[in-house]
Amino acid sequence: MTGNVWIAGGGVICGIGAHLQACLEAFAHMQPGMQDMQYLRSIHRGVLPVAEVKADNAELAARASMPEHISRTALLSKIAADEAWASSGLGARGQYRVGFVSANTVGGMDKTEDFFADYLQQPPTGGRLQQVVHHECGSVTELVADAMGIRHHVSTISTACSSGANALMYGSRLIRNNIVDVVIAGGTDALTRFTLNGFNTLMILDPAACRPFDDTRTGLNLGEGAGYVVLVSDAIAATLSKGPWCRLSGYANANDAYHQTASSPDGTGNYLAMKGALEMSGLQPEDIAYINLHGTGTQNNDDAEGKAIQRLFAPHYPAMSSTKSFTGHTLGASGGIEAVFAALAVQEGIIYPNAHFTTPMKECPLVPATAFSSGNRIPHVMSNSFGFGGNCSSLVFSKQ
Amino acid sequence: MNIYIQGMGCVSPQQTTDGPFLADIREYEIHRLKAVEPDYKQWIDLKLIRRMGRVVKMGVAAARLSLQEAAVTMPDAIITGTAYGCLDDTGVFLSKMISQQEEMLTPTAFIQSTHNTVGGQIALLLGCHAYNNTFVHKAFSFESALLDSIMILREGTVQHILTGGLDEITDHSHAILSRFGLYKQEPVRNTALLQSDTKGTIAGEGAAFFTLGTVMAAHTVAQLTGLTTLYRPADIPEITGALQVFLAAHACNAEDIDLLITGRNGDVDEDSAYEAITQALFPQTAVAGFKHLSGEYPTASAFATWMAARILQWQQLPQGILFSGAAPAKVRKILICNGYQGTHYSFILLNAI
Repeated sequence: MTGNVWIAGGGVICGIGAHLQACLEAFAHMQPGMQDMQYLRSIHRGVLPVAEVKADNAELAARASMPEHISRTALLSKIAADEAWASSGLGARGQYRVGFVSANTVGGMDKTEDFFADYLQQPPTGGRLQQVVHHECGSVTELVADAMGIRHHVSTISTACSSGANALMYGSRLIRNNIVDVVIAGGTDALTRFTLNGFNTLMILDPAACRPFDDTRTGLNLGEGAGYVVLVSDAIAATLSKGPWCRLSGYANANDAYHQTASSPDGTGNYLAMKGALEMSGLQPEDIAYINLHGTGTQNNDDAEGKAIQRLFAPHYPAMSSTKSFTGHTLGASGGIEAVFAALAVQEGIIYPNAHFTTPMKECPLVPATAFSSGNRIPHVMSNSFGFGGNCSSLVFSKQ
Repeated sequence: MNIYIQGMGCVSPQQTTDGPFLADIREYEIHRLKAVEPDYKQWIDLKLIRRMGRVVKMGVAAARLSLQEAAVTMPDAIITGTAYGCLDDTGVFLSKMISQQEEMLTPTAFIQSTHNTVGGQIALLLGCHAYNNTFVHKAFSFESALLDSIMILREGTVQHILTGGLDEITDHSHAILSRFGLYKQEPVRNTALLQSDTKGTIAGEGAAFFTLGTVMAAHTVAQLTGLTTLYRPADIPEITGALQVFLAAHACNAEDIDLLITGRNGDVDEDSAYEAITQALFPQTAVAGFKHLSGEYPTASAFATWMAARILQWQQLPQGILFSGAAPAKVRKILICNGYQGTHYSFILLNAI
């Protein structure tokens, strides 16, 4: 139950890049990833923009060294987890007790929804079982763990949009309790018709590019991808030739306990999560140099998050932005992807831009960063992930 | 630091929400054991009951019973484990999406389909702003929830954690899982399941919740001494080796175990593993089963934990659970050795207080 937990590396695949460096270039060149749907089959193609990973399953499978017929969610997961591991420079995994803690929201649903169409035509014998065998969230995690030879600890978290952040918390505890030495922690989610239609029924999808924290915002865009950090103990961190990226210095998870999908008007859960993470890291609000916002772009989410930030940070606001304005909302992956962005922000002094921002929210006039910059002095970064079920999580990354 | 079970609640195919402890075992001759659902009105508003999915109601009931028994009104964390999540609402939304070709859909089923619905609803009903997490890792879902609870309690900053494991069967899920050959082809009575010696098992469902704390109280049920998981063991020696390491880590050996509860489920292949483990490490130990009562499902270990803790509390073995050996006069230490499809093993150690 002691010691620090460090970030030894990270990997991302999402709508703005097939790897982390490509994502950074997209931020620097102000190129959000939302487009007309190319890979997902849906009647909403051409109507609802999405931030898809720009590759079909055959291409992803080749890159992941996995079979093409398995869930796209597993393919994305393996690609990002491989990149995270390689970036850590830790070498052969066999030397360590390694854990894999991955989050996702709908498991192998992309395959299940194909299966189910055939199944419903001719129940109970219709549909090919191969398409539903990896339906469970945990199954997606195990496909990747098995491909990477990870057995010491394997787990899956699903708390809707905050899932990926909770994977980092649990991974950190596994290290502090000396259960494993290293944890690959984060999340993955591919676009599915199930989630696209689900969010569409809630009427929170913007038919144009989403505008987080902007007064004209009308909803979010969905995205897909995966993002993982490599968490290591003090002892392993000391062996890293280039040193760790930064330290996971604080985290907290709180529940809004207000509504199954909507945030409370004053952002109670958001406030408690941010406050708890700050307390654990032993920091004051003014110590935070940048917040990677949850910032989905819905009226309700941004309003609640903004009010909670005002309550905690006024009058010393850090720089802030929602990278979902580039990647779309990647649901179970978002906490993982944004943790990688946040950790890198500490290491390289990056402030990410918030795309499509013009007008501050009337009720809460916070102004996010609108240009990419690096080399800033950024000792501490906060990353927010809030979601359905009232689940709110915040992480704090620190230089030392 | 010791960790205690301060209260428990269980909804299962047996009468477990009230009445004496497993006094009257329900017999089934079908391959799908349905949970005996309590009258939810005692815990949940009627309007909400109509909207909630079955797994959510089972979870809320088990959680409420657990808190009630522990005399805790507001837990400091709510940690849930479910392999399948809210299958019913998932199936409803999926079916409509397909049959209506993505048009004219309504949000209710989608909203309730997310895996954290149970944890979220419990928080909502209690007005609980504390830590809230949901683990969805197949047959390690409950174990991960339990491990997270143990690790958080060890940090010493919270008093009570509400944790549990639950899963439901739906018509669709049962039809699809049956096609994987998981269940028996021939009719079997659940009370004779463990001796059946053929392929396949019977399906079950249920919810078991536990209020955990670190301070012993008058109503404390049992001590949760240890927990570990083993993923994809290569062979039996790896399982027995891991078991020995686990017992040693908790300062005991195989002879100290008064009762071994295995995950024997009537499938001849899976049961042979328990047979080998028992012969290798526990030749003299009384061995009990539980899946003839609960049916097989990924979070059935939560039912086993509930049953084991009650045995320790009441010093009483329910009828028909003993598989081999003689009932011990006193039950001080119970080891649960559960397996799931040969790939997921978990060991849970409980002590009488």
